[in-house]
Amino acid sequence: MRVALFATCLVDTMVPQVAHATATLLQRLGHEVVVPPGQSCCGQMHVNTGYRREAVPIVANHVRAFAGALSSGVEAVVVPSGSCVASIHHQQAAVARRAGEHGLADEAEALAARTYELSQFLVDVLGVTDVGAYYPHRVTHHPTCHSLRMLRVGDRPLQLLRAVRGLELVELPGAESCCGFGGTFAVKNADTSTAMLTDKMANVLATSAEVCTAGDASCLMHIGGGLSRLRSGTRTVHLAEILASTEESVTPQQGTRPSPSRPTTPTASA
Amino acid sequence: MSARDEVLGRIRTALGPDRRPPAEVARGYRTTDDRPLPELLDVLADRLEDYRARVLRCAPDAVGATVAAALDAGLGAGWAAADVVVAPGVPEAWRPAGSTEDDGRPAVGLTAFAATLTGVTVAVAETGTLVLDASPVCGRRALSLLPDCLVCVVTADQVVGGVPEGLARLDPLRPLTLISGPSATSDIELQRVEGVHGPRTLLVVLASD
Amino acid sequence: MTAVFLGIPTAPAGVGHLRGDRPFPDAARDALRDGQLRANLGHATTTIRGKRAGVVAEVPDWAQLREAGRALKAATMARLDEHLEELERQVTARGGTVHWARDATEANEIVTRLVQATGADEVVKVKSMATQEIGLNEALEAAGITALETDLAELIVQLGEDRPSHILVPAIHKNRAEIREIFARTIPGVDPGLTDDPRRLAMAAREHLRERFLRARVAVSGANFAVAETGTLAVVESEGNGRMCLTLPQTLITVMGIEKVVPAWRDLEVFLQLLPRSSTGERMNPYTSLWAGVTPGDGPQEFHLVLLDNGRTAVLADEVGREALHCIRCSACLNVCPVYERTGGHAYGSVYPGPIGAVLSPQLTGVEDNASLPYASSLCGACYDVCPVAIDIPSILVHLRAEHVEAQTRTTPEAAAFRALSKAMSSPRLWRLAQRATGLGRFLARGRPTLPATLPPPASAWTRTRDLPTPPRETFTQAWAREHGSQEGRA
Repeated sequence: MRVALFATCLVDTMVPQVAHATATLLQRLGHEVVVPPGQSCCGQMHVNTGYRREAVPIVANHVRAFAGALSSGVEAVVVPSGSCVASIHHQQAAVARRAGEHGLADEAEALAARTYELSQFLVDVLGVTDVGAYYPHRVTHHPTCHSLRMLRVGDRPLQLLRAVRGLELVELPGAESCCGFGGTFAVKNADTSTAMLTDKMANVLATSAEVCTAGDASCLMHIGGGLSRLRSGTRTVHLAEILASTEESVTPQQGTRPSPSRPTTPTASA
Repeated sequence: MSARDEVLGRIRTALGPDRRPPAEVARGYRTTDDRPLPELLDVLADRLEDYRARVLRCAPDAVGATVAAALDAGLGAGWAAADVVVAPGVPEAWRPAGSTEDDGRPAVGLTAFAATLTGVTVAVAETGTLVLDASPVCGRRALSLLPDCLVCVVTADQVVGGVPEGLARLDPLRPLTLISGPSATSDIELQRVEGVHGPRTLLVVLASD
Repeated sequence: MTAVFLGIPTAPAGVGHLRGDRPFPDAARDALRDGQLRANLGHATTTIRGKRAGVVAEVPDWAQLREAGRALKAATMARLDEHLEELERQVTARGGTVHWARDATEANEIVTRLVQATGADEVVKVKSMATQEIGLNEALEAAGITALETDLAELIVQLGEDRPSHILVPAIHKNRAEIREIFARTIPGVDPGLTDDPRRLAMAAREHLRERFLRARVAVSGANFAVAETGTLAVVESEGNGRMCLTLPQTLITVMGIEKVVPAWRDLEVFLQLLPRSSTGERMNPYTSLWAGVTPGDGPQEFHLVLLDNGRTAVLADEVGREALHCIRCSACLNVCPVYERTGGHAYGSVYPGPIGAVLSPQLTGVEDNASLPYASSLCGACYDVCPVAIDIPSILVHLRAEHVEAQTRTTPEAAAFRALSKAMSSPRLWRLAQRATGLGRFLARGRPTLPATLPPPASAWTRTRDLPTPPRETFTQAWAREHGSQEGRA
């Protein structure tokens, strides 16, 4: 299958290894990955902070960036972020329509219909749960709010993680509680956000996991930022990175570590 | 402009000139319950007891004796029939000999009684709810409120499965009281405590063949 | 279309309790440091969440009931004027008197006048959000009338000269030891051996209020539902204080928000299933009282119904926000909210706290009077999931944030930043430039894995408690283009 990757603004700019891992994984599963170069952001941060008018041109850019991919045989757009997919599904067309841009809204809806969060794409579209990954670590999974409640990804990430060789999956207490990120909430209500983060970290640390994983780089940046500040030694790793890892290419150090100066795609040609 | 006209005018302005017709309300929930009656009676008893009501079951011809047993349980042996007030429509056979029929005295006067005996108009099994409708057998509302011990007689024909069936049997123009267990509160640390201002003891005599 | 544009007034300032005196983040900061409050809230919300989940799970048709509840509320709002007129007709036909109040001030005046007409100088009250909203107790006090709260939690709040912090359990922020202390200090003649056993505390309240119920001549209540078709009012409660108030006094005055009307008797079969399970986590609350007008020989012989607007029509004018009027005040959203659980209700400033308060209060007052509330949420969506009438609270929060942003006449630094970012994100060329600018972060990090903890505002709001990773030298899309050449050209 020909698949377009939407890296998302945060992953592209701050944690590119997540997008590399997503591409690597999809290629390893035998799919062709294209990365439309005009992509930037889904517009979620603007919409959720109250700048829905300003979000419209961002939505337009997103639709424009992926229009070419769709017309050149791409069957699906895959995104390593639950909340961005939720915004694409639930917000993009609505803000366009509110601004009177009905053509754009229709196009956004059509694009949304082919846009998938990574775990949903793997389990529902490709029908795989064992992606052939190897990751010999003790891991706990935070099910991120938008994946859980807006996309209803359910236990798909857990199905995928359970099939990873060497991985010891430990249940996260209070898993369904928000980590306190919430986009600009983390800054506008920094104290409340930190209080929520503290409880999330306490639960993560109680599992004695080496790694906390999730399907959203934003929540992981939040949890990871807190764990790093405490020098806890527990790191955050995106689900895509775990699934991309194999015996030949284990990615041992990630999360809040700086990425290599020249990120490489270790198994891109595999 | 009167407040009435102004508020109604604001509503019309808010809704705009071209109102969409209200969407059809899909009532896809359960409105009947085809469980056999004995099962419903068990559910009712279970739910009542779950909320700390005491249920005594008996045959229809044993209600009087069972009411007496209920009063033993609620007031302790040695209670006086004079301490029991009954709703005016309660059948003679249910009443403890020597009990007082409610004479419509000022409500404050009802505090003199230790216990009240009434019937009900309908009972909802799934929620453990008794409904009193201020008919003669149920009595006026204050009667089932002020004495500290309430004994209600429920007959099998009054028991329905769920809330929709229960409400369908009621007259919405009458004063209605839905009672599900004794008075209770969860206001202190969300811990449920039975017995605050209403009767602290609820005894249910459930009569069936 | 907004209420302001249509000329529909919001709830007036200076009366009632819909506005806080501090923005949410400031009030929350203090609450978060109160360890006792945090412990009390954590304990109580955890308890009630578990109970609710249990009794909801045992209802096989919960989803259908929830959908019916949502649809009934939407249909009611679409014909609200007609339902209210029918309600007025039915209540009047059964011996009640209906009054209309444009706002809090007018409602307070109506109730005060009605109480004065009876000659009473004391009223007993059933817990009611509407009368808290309008500040009725203070208005009665000013007229020399004592209003006695009879719900246990309201009594705790009143005796402690405190403010309610939860819709259902106004004293949720107090634990048993604190409640014992309040009772020991304020109830005249209370048993000096009073312990903190909840049962003993409840009995102390019973003794304190018993005689007051029996002597009361006037009661004031709210209403959970009012059936237009029959004129039947409903009050849902647990303790029996409601029954005392609704049954014993000669005069009953019920203050009800106009959105509480339901069209038909049959509609109660939905709401009387949804409300108790969502609210106290019970299959059914201990007592529900229903009455239509006046019944000779049973209960109050004089009945007044006050229909309150106080900003509700302004909410109705907002096609997105009007869903907030569907609320049946169960408080399930408060109990699952990770923000409420940590800050408690006082931080919201309004009598309506938590997620529903964050969408209702700013709409009742106009969003600028409660501008921080729509942001008092991480948009986690737990509130929407538990709402028994499926109010999409996160979407309304986002909508109100936009209303706030769009109401600004001057460009704030935040708005300037978001506009610049929008420009950049709408143009691939500018976006690449902007991404390159994050290289500044590498300069600040000086080779460390994370940025310094002491960045200037607004970044400091993040870095005070959380590390921020040092940005990579190259973005993913750059690296991909470099490695895959013209592949994207096809895209």
